[in-house]
Amino acid sequence: MPAPNALIALEQIGKIYDGAAVLTDASLSIAKGQFVALVGGSGAGKTTLLKTINALIIPTTGRVLIDGQDVAAQPGPALRRRIGYVFQEVGLFPHMTVAQNIGITPSLLDWPADRIAARVDTLLDLVALPRESAARLPAALSGGQRQRVGVARALAAEPSILLMDEPFGALDPVTRVALAQDVRRLHETLGLTTVMVTHDVGEALLTADRIVVLAEGRIIADDTPAALLAGAHSDPRVAALIDAPRRQAEKLARLAQKGGAHG
Amino acid sequence: MDDRLHQALALLPERLGWHVALSAAALALGLLIALPLGVLAARHPRLRWVSLSLAGLVQTIPSLALLALFFPLLLLLSGLSERMLGHGFSALGFLPSLLALTLYSMLPILRNTAAGLTGVDPAVVEAARGVGMTDRQRLWRVELPLALPVIMAGVRTAAVWTIGAATLSTPVGQTSLGDYIFSGLQTEDWVAVLVGCAASAVLAMAVDQLLGLIESGVGQRNRRRWVAGLAGLAIGLVGALSPLASVALSRGQPGYVIGAKNFSEQYVLAELMAGQLEARGARVERRINLGSAVAYRAVAASEIDAYVDYSGTLWANVLGRKDNPGRQAVLDQLRTGLKDRDGVVLLAPLGFENAYALAMRRDRAESLGIRTLADLAAKGGGLTMGGDLEFFSRPEWTGVEQAYGLKFRARRQFQPTFMYRALASGEADVISAFSSDGRIAADDLVLLGDPKGALPPYDAVILVSPKRAGDRRLIAALSPLAGTIDVKTMQAANYAIDRDAGKVSAAEAAKMLTR
Repeated sequence: MPAPNALIALEQIGKIYDGAAVLTDASLSIAKGQFVALVGGSGAGKTTLLKTINALIIPTTGRVLIDGQDVAAQPGPALRRRIGYVFQEVGLFPHMTVAQNIGITPSLLDWPADRIAARVDTLLDLVALPRESAARLPAALSGGQRQRVGVARALAAEPSILLMDEPFGALDPVTRVALAQDVRRLHETLGLTTVMVTHDVGEALLTADRIVVLAEGRIIADDTPAALLAGAHSDPRVAALIDAPRRQAEKLARLAQKGGAHG
Repeated sequence: MDDRLHQALALLPERLGWHVALSAAALALGLLIALPLGVLAARHPRLRWVSLSLAGLVQTIPSLALLALFFPLLLLLSGLSERMLGHGFSALGFLPSLLALTLYSMLPILRNTAAGLTGVDPAVVEAARGVGMTDRQRLWRVELPLALPVIMAGVRTAAVWTIGAATLSTPVGQTSLGDYIFSGLQTEDWVAVLVGCAASAVLAMAVDQLLGLIESGVGQRNRRRWVAGLAGLAIGLVGALSPLASVALSRGQPGYVIGAKNFSEQYVLAELMAGQLEARGARVERRINLGSAVAYRAVAASEIDAYVDYSGTLWANVLGRKDNPGRQAVLDQLRTGLKDRDGVVLLAPLGFENAYALAMRRDRAESLGIRTLADLAAKGGGLTMGGDLEFFSRPEWTGVEQAYGLKFRARRQFQPTFMYRALASGEADVISAFSSDGRIAADDLVLLGDPKGALPPYDAVILVSPKRAGDRRLIAALSPLAGTIDVKTMQAANYAIDRDAGKVSAAEAAKMLTR
C-alpha cells in the first residue's frame, strides 16, 4: 500500500508484451530520500519497472504517481526533464561535446547559456572529471569517464529523482566500485531519491538502503540489506540471490585473514 | 577544328547556365520532397516499403523515356488549365525536364535518409527520449545530425545522376549541355560531342567534390569545411546562372520560337527560317533536337511557332492514313486536315522531298542493269540489303516489299554513318536512304525509281502554330520560301554540315539555300 508521504508510488503495475506478462501486480512505494535497488535475474522485469517511473514504458495496467500526480496525465518529455536517468549503454550523443551532453536537459528547458555553462562546471567537479574534458567528444573518453558524464547529464537539470539502469554494468571492477561510491555520495549530498537496477546483488547490498527483489515479473522481497542478509526471507529464490555474495564475502574475509597471518 | 571548338565554346555559357539551373532546381525540389518523405519512411516501415518501391520503379524507367512521358502529360494538364483557369502553361522545355529529373533524383535521397535515420544507435535514441526530448527535438538534435553523413552521400549520388540525366532534356525542348551531344552525334561533330560530355562530367565532378566537402565537414564537425563547400556551390550557381540573367534582361518582348527535329537537315531549315525572321528584326528562340512526335504536338499546342515536317510523316502519324493518293493530293488533304484537326497551318512546301528511297552505288547499279525497284525485284535475289535501325520495322518497307515482291540474300541493320560506309565497301549492295541526304550526291549513288508509287511522298513543309496563323510578320517572312529549295541544293547543304572534313555550322549551311 502506498504510504501517504511516498514520492514515487507504483500501484499494481502490470505490463504485457505480445501476450506475455513481463510485470504482474507490482506495487512499490518509495519515500523521498531513499536509495532503492531493484535486483533479480535477467528477464525478471526490473528494467521495465524502472522505465514505467519516467513513462519511457507505459504500463498495461496500474498507475505510477510522482508527488501524488499520475505520470500518464503529464506530457512525457516534460516529466522526463524533471527525472534524471542513467542508461545501461550510457547513450551519450556522439556528435555532441561532453559539455553539450551534460547541458542537454537544461537546454531543453531553455536555461540561459551562462547558467548552463556554470552548471556543467559544477557537475564536472561533482562527478570528478577534469574541466578540460568539457570540449571533448565522448569517443575520446574511457568507459568510466563516459559513465561519469552519463551521471552528470542525468543530474544536470537538478532533478530530485535519479533513475539508473545497470549504470556500472560495462565497467571494470575498480572503476565500478569507485563510481558506485561516488553515486552514493551524490545521493546524500544532493538529497536525491534514487532507484537503481542492477544484477549485481553485492553492489546493491553495499550501495542501497532498500532492496527490491523481482522474479518473473513479480516483487518477491522488499527489505533492507541487513534484514535480507539476516535471512528474513524464506523464499528460496531470494535466499539463493542473497547467498551468493554473502558466501563470496565470507571466503574473501577468510582469505584476507590468512594473508594477514603470512604478513 | 579550332573554329569548331570556338563555335562550340561560344554556346557554352547559355547551355551550361540552363543545365545548372535545371539540375539545381530538380535537386532542390527532389530534396524538398524526398527528405520529409525519408523521415516519415524511417518512422513507418510500411510507408518505407511503398515509397522505396515506387522510387525504385521510377529509376528503372529509362530517363529519356521518363522525360518524353512528361510532355504529353503536361500538354494534357495545360489544356485542362487553359479550359478551367483561362490560361495554360508551357508543356515544353523546362517543366517536363524538371519534373522528370526531380523524380529521378528522389530515390538516392529517400533511401539514404531512411537508412541513415533507422541506422542511428537505438541506445542513443532511447537516451534522447530519456533526457526529455520531444519527437521533433529528437529528430533535429540527434537523429538528423547523426544520419547526415549518410543523407549527404545520397544527395551526392542524386546530384551526379541529375546532372548526367539533364543532358537528356534536349529532345523535350530544354536547352542543356545535351544540345552538344544530340546535335554533335547527328552531324558527327565530335568536337561538339566532346565539349558537351566534358562540360557535364566536369560539372558533375565539381558538384560532387563540393558536396563531399560539406559531407566531410559535417561528419568531422569542421565548420570551415562545410562552409567552404556551401560557398563553392553558391558561387558556382550564381556564376553559371548569370549569363542567363543577362540574356533575360537584355531581351524585351518574347520572340518567335522555331523548332527542329533531331537531324542535320532540320537544323539547317530551322536556321533558314530563323534567319528570315531575324532579317526582319524579330527575335528568335530555337528549340532544336525535339523528338519526332514531340515536334508536331508542340506546334499544335503553340509551344513552338513553326518547324518543318514531311508530308508522308504527317499523313501517316497525324492523320493516320495508309493510302497514297499522290504527291499533290497528299499535300492538299494535309492542308485542310491539319487545319481542321489542330488549327495547324501548312504554310509552304519548300520544293524538295526527303523521302525514303533505296539507293545503290552507280557502278554497281549500272553493271547489274538496275534502275527501278521493279528491276531490283527481278535481279536482286543475290544482293544484300542494308537498312538504318528502324527501316525494316517501318510501314514504308513493308509497302515496298509487298508491292514489288523484293527478295534479298541477306538483310543487315546499320547506324546511318556505317550504312553508307558499308555500301561503299560492298558489304551492302542496296541501302535505305533519305532522298535529300547529302551523301547521295557526294558518294555518287543512284536512287531507284518507284514506278508503282509504293513509297509515300515526303514533301518538306513549313507548319505554323494556331497562335501564329494570323501573324503577318511570320507569314511574310516564311511564305517566300515556298518552292525555293530543290533536292540538289538541300543535299549540298546537308552534306556541308555532315561531311567529315570542312564542316560548316547549320547557320552557314542555311545561307547556301537562299543563294
